Amino acid sequence: MLNNITMGQYYPVDSRVHRLDPRIKLILTIAFIVAVFLAHSFVGYVILAGFLFLSCRLACVPFRLLLKGLKPLRMIIILTFLLNLFFTPGDDVWVSFWIVRITREAFLQALFYSLRLVFLVAGTSLLTLTTSPIALSDGIELLLTPLKKIHFPAHELAMMMTIALRFIPTLLEETDKIMKAQMARGADFESGNLLSRARAMVPLLVPLFVSAFRRAGDLALAMESRCYHGGEGRTRLRVLKITRSDWIACGVLAVLLGLIILEGIVLKGVLF
Amino acid sequence: MSIEVRHLTHCYSEGSALSTVALEDVSLTIEDGEFVGIIGHTGSGKSTLVQHLNGLLKPSSGQILINGEDLNGEQVNRRALRQRIGLVFQYPEYQLFEETVARDIAFGPKNQGLSKEAIDERVRYAMDCVHLDYQKYSERSPFELSGGQMRRVAIAGVLAMRPSVLILDEPTAGLDPRGRDRILSMLEELHSREKTTIVMVSHSMDDMARLATRLVVMKDGKILATGTPREIFSREALMLSAGLGVPAASRLCGALRQKGFDLPADLYRMEELREHLLRLWRHTGSEAGKGGPAC
Ligand SMILES: Nc1ncnc2c1ncn2[C@@H]1O[C@H](COP(=O)(O)OP(=O)(O)O)[C@@H](O)[C@H]1O
Ligand SMILES: [Mg+2]
Repeated sequence: MLNNITMGQYYPVDSRVHRLDPRIKLILTIAFIVAVFLAHSFVGYVILAGFLFLSCRLACVPFRLLLKGLKPLRMIIILTFLLNLFFTPGDDVWVSFWIVRITREAFLQALFYSLRLVFLVAGTSLLTLTTSPIALSDGIELLLTPLKKIHFPAHELAMMMTIALRFIPTLLEETDKIMKAQMARGADFESGNLLSRARAMVPLLVPLFVSAFRRAGDLALAMESRCYHGGEGRTRLRVLKITRSDWIACGVLAVLLGLIILEGIVLKGVLF
Repeated sequence: MSIEVRHLTHCYSEGSALSTVALEDVSLTIEDGEFVGIIGHTGSGKSTLVQHLNGLLKPSSGQILINGEDLNGEQVNRRALRQRIGLVFQYPEYQLFEETVARDIAFGPKNQGLSKEAIDERVRYAMDCVHLDYQKYSERSPFELSGGQMRRVAIAGVLAMRPSVLILDEPTAGLDPRGRDRILSMLEELHSREKTTIVMVSHSMDDMARLATRLVVMKDGKILATGTPREIFSREALMLSAGLGVPAASRLCGALRQKGFDLPADLYRMEELREHLLRLWRHTGSEAGKGGPAC
């Protein structure tokens, strides 16, 4: 029933990329996104693609998993391609019939913008494939720590994220169980019009909420009885440390950014 | 209603990396009027098996035949069938959702499309079955009852459909002795008075010793043995290999036999053990003219 949903896409192997500090990986991902926007030509894209491919190899993640992350966004990517293809003005006409006009410029621009989306998604997928959700929220907390000065609840936010992630599989399991239990009493979740379907959700949602609240209460009690009192003065069991490979990774990204900027200066207007 | 399971195999998340074989080539027949107990260690596939019996899970391979008809066949109305084969899940109190006890119990009969009067009659019947006073509880919120009472309301919700087969997955788990006893005596009554076929999954050998007419021992997704409780419980080595124990009476009987008491090896109920001990005591008492053998 619900077993076709797999949570998160973390690919648990041990690699150099997996071992990088999550904070660094977050920053590097942002740098990569900037690089994608700075790229001005297909030469830049070739550099980016090479970088992605090599990182993927280094992370021991199958390249096809990176492409799998594109699947949910395929409609948006196709739409971007088509809109650019049909509505970009140009001179070098390839195809022309009725009101449709496809030019060389339009085709290149459509390809360029849809590839940009592909790079953005693939780059962030590489982050989530190589960083466990827990490490990720840890990294986010630490990156947001400076904002605590202006009373931004960085720790609380990260704790909420961690707990939410922890409970998604539990709640899915619970949903599956309650659904089956109500089906055993003759509930019908599949047929009927919109209204009767919405009504059919009540026997599912009420027990689900009741149990979510019960779990939340239990968890709060368990946390308090272990003296949890928010982020104030809290130390960590595993302190994140920046290692040499983190610096190396930063260096690689710096080189990448440099190349892309250089490409922008040298090739500006060559392909476009 | 007879249920026949033929070479049933079930894989969770088939085809993915997390694929687990929960049941492997399980064959089993449940006849009309039986009280079948399914026992086995945690993770042995008991819950998976019972969810197949009313079509909530689909077999990866194999068949389930209800009165000779394939449950997963094209033209079978599984929704209607589920109401004749009632399944009470583990911790059923977590599926209560209505504002009042009566309305929650009415959910099943309502889905059957019964008239208002018939539904009301069913609710009264089901509450009577689980020994909940209609006057006192029908208008209460199910969420303000005790755990044992909530569980009985949930069981009533299934009984209200008047199933001819009742399947319960660990109905006594997590209850105090009184709550547990209430549920067991209710099942006993249902089995003897209404002739309902009952399939019960349980961890408690004592519960099984009290109620079951036949036992199915499961281990690692396979059926290790089936037989009457007397046959099964006298094979302590088998039970231990399945990661289970034997009822308290069997253990006591075994210990007494080791001390030299002349008792049959296959006693498993406290009452029969007491009978035998009393007979032994009277016997030796009349022979020696004084009390029973010293321990
Ligand atoms: N929804 C599920 N998804 C994946 N695996 C499951 C699921 N439910 C049970 N299993 C696995 O199937 C096996 C049998 O489980 P189950 O039938 O619940 O055993 P039991 O009820 O005897 O404790 C276990 O190994 C369990 O981990
Ligand atoms: Mg179970």
